[in-house]
Amino acid sequence: MRQHIISIKEFEKAEIDALLDRAAAIDEGNYDHKALEDRILGVLFFEPSTRTRMSFEAAMARLGGACIDMGGVEASSVVKGETLADTIRVVSGYADAIVLRHPKEGAAQLASEFASVPVLNAGDGAGQHPSQTLIDLYTIRQAMPLEGIDVGLLGDLRYGRTAHSLAYALTQYDVTIHTLAPEGLEMPPNVVEELRERGVEIVVHDEIKEFTRGLDVMYVTRIQRERFPDSASYYAVASSYRVTPELLAGAREQMIVLHPLPRVDEIDPRVDALPHAKYFQQARNGVPIRMALLLEVMR
Amino acid sequence: MKEEPGVLLQISPIRNGTVIDHITAGEALNVLKILGITGTTDECLSIATNVASEKSGKKDIVKIEERELCAEEVDRIALIAPHATINIIRDYLVCEKMGVEIPQVLLGVVRCPNPGCISNTNEPIKSRFEVTKRGLHCLYCDWYLKDDIPGHII
Repeated sequence: MRQHIISIKEFEKAEIDALLDRAAAIDEGNYDHKALEDRILGVLFFEPSTRTRMSFEAAMARLGGACIDMGGVEASSVVKGETLADTIRVVSGYADAIVLRHPKEGAAQLASEFASVPVLNAGDGAGQHPSQTLIDLYTIRQAMPLEGIDVGLLGDLRYGRTAHSLAYALTQYDVTIHTLAPEGLEMPPNVVEELRERGVEIVVHDEIKEFTRGLDVMYVTRIQRERFPDSASYYAVASSYRVTPELLAGAREQMIVLHPLPRVDEIDPRVDALPHAKYFQQARNGVPIRMALLLEVMR
Repeated sequence: MKEEPGVLLQISPIRNGTVIDHITAGEALNVLKILGITGTTDECLSIATNVASEKSGKKDIVKIEERELCAEEVDRIALIAPHATINIIRDYLVCEKMGVEIPQVLLGVVRCPNPGCISNTNEPIKSRFEVTKRGLHCLYCDWYLKDDIPGHII
């Protein structure tokens, strides 16, 4: 049993597999609907999120538990200058576990040092988002074995925390990672170096058709508009890669397309109807994965 | 305390305090920065730079009167002068002689270069870095500090 869920890097392969197995059993309805009855989850979201917050709340509700939240940041003591450490100490007295989304990297680690209850990291800045990574792995595993596959990461690989976390998790399996990013948004060299040290093969591409052709999984991330100084430079990069039915015509038949969502222009809506599109299933998988995580730390 | 004759001419012995010897040549002023010693603080100092050294060719030496370094200060010096030796002097005698050693974890010694790191806010924590072969690894935000370590020492 794990006390906190902070970073995907701290998970061994056996532990990941066990969590995915538990999520699969939950997906089939094999769980105690009152497992977390009388338990309370403190939901601390210091920045906007739809899927992560709602899926944690849904997961808690399906296990019979309740959630409390602090409302928006503007309605909380944060506007009075309260530190995160103090907020965490206070909410530890109200809830049996805390799920935290925070704009600063390392916030979840800090929270775990001040909390007297388990902390689940729901994304800290450009840092870690371990539950999203488990969702990604789970969705891949629903379609194919996690071993011996080619996984492509497309989009903002510089700031995209989900792509980094997924890549780290994939080092536990025998996969080849392919990358394709707009100029300036390539995966940081220190991340590439660490991934290679962990034994994974990384193939860097600069042409999307060739990239698409050899993949079993295409993981697309959003180009974040806020990273660019002006709209023109954003659109120049944002429109450089777009996943379309025409592009996917050259892909392997069983290839799946994933995206942590929200998407903007990077996936053509016409792709939604193709069997490759698994991103809405991926979003739905947030609930069983987060149920498995809540059971892991709270039961 | 045994001194090389040439050095003796440049720096006289001190009665009480610390002698930091075998500092990497050119790092003496950074050592002072780490110790918070500036032109406006009142320590009595002797500094020798680019002194001939049998071991390393050239070295710097710093002598600080009436001050004994604490362990955290020694850790900081280790980051920029890994071959330095610290001699604690009491009544002209070397009472303690120690090498510096970079600890596995640096607590409150280095500022994280990542502006988005939680350790750069007003939270009640000290920065925490693990020393790895690829550089200093921030245990909060996962960044690596590889270059200009003296420039990031708190």
